[in-house]
Amino acid sequence: MADEPTTLVTQEMLDSRDVWSEKVYSRPVELNDIIKWAIAVYWPEEPPRIYWDEEYAKTTRYGGIIAPQDFNPFAWPVPRPPARELPKDAGVGERVMNGGQTDTFGVPMRPGDVISQSSALVDWNERVGRLGLTIFSYTENRWENQNGELVKSRISVGVRY
Amino acid sequence: MAENVYFEDVNVGDDIPSFTRQTDLMHWNRYAAVNDEFVYIHMDDEAGRAAANEPGAFGMGNLRWAYLLNMLREWVGDEVDVRELGVQFRAINQKNDVLTCVGTITEKIEENGDHLVRLDTNVINQDGVATCPGHAVVALPSRG
Repeated sequence: MADEPTTLVTQEMLDSRDVWSEKVYSRPVELNDIIKWAIAVYWPEEPPRIYWDEEYAKTTRYGGIIAPQDFNPFAWPVPRPPARELPKDAGVGERVMNGGQTDTFGVPMRPGDVISQSSALVDWNERVGRLGLTIFSYTENRWENQNGELVKSRISVGVRY
Repeated sequence: MAENVYFEDVNVGDDIPSFTRQTDLMHWNRYAAVNDEFVYIHMDDEAGRAAANEPGAFGMGNLRWAYLLNMLREWVGDEVDVRELGVQFRAINQKNDVLTCVGTITEKIEENGDHLVRLDTNVINQDGVATCPGHAVVALPSRG
């Protein structure tokens, strides 16, 4: 029987820690995409007016329509990214789970905004749990608008065991 | 409404108004269409079962995330900032589940001129299963 690994930290992780990826830019956020998003996430009820009614939105402190905070301006990329395939019969250190996410929100997204995103592996920790040796890795993904203002910072927790 | 809730009017231990949706392919397909999230496990019962979910296709975690934000913004109003939301995805959203987002105030914080409220949040299904434990921070207006 092969020896069980004593760590799941890889050289790739060590090399990439706190190394931020090159920024990727969204297409300009479109009002119609905001409205469709709001309809989808409030379905079957009508979404709040701040997401679709320009006259109402002008009266708010935002001065215009904003996007729901979960709006994704990076949906529908071209060219299409390759499909991800989960490994079959994964061994120790190859099984993965989504450990959750925390967003810190900054300014709202608005029609016409161009959002940039960049990410980095920022931390990890390992422990032996009910699944055996398990590593929790923390990746930060920062979104900024065209003025350099933070839209959101997401810390995603990846679990590998 | 622009601002529904003021800092002075809430207390630790208060439950906020919940947000409920019964989800099925109508909801998931609409969400897939806007978020470009066409994955067989969310569309096809056979694929869901192949992924070890015996009932079949199941819902996206991202949609529950959206519902939590909807709950928070319906509570505080259009012009109030949700500053932070964090979740863990613990249980699957099965077809026709009735999902209820809930929140309870755990802390009131005044710092740097902000009036912040911290909440424990969750998404509970019709069987009482807590599918999505998490937390949120909201900045409320003050009467002061």
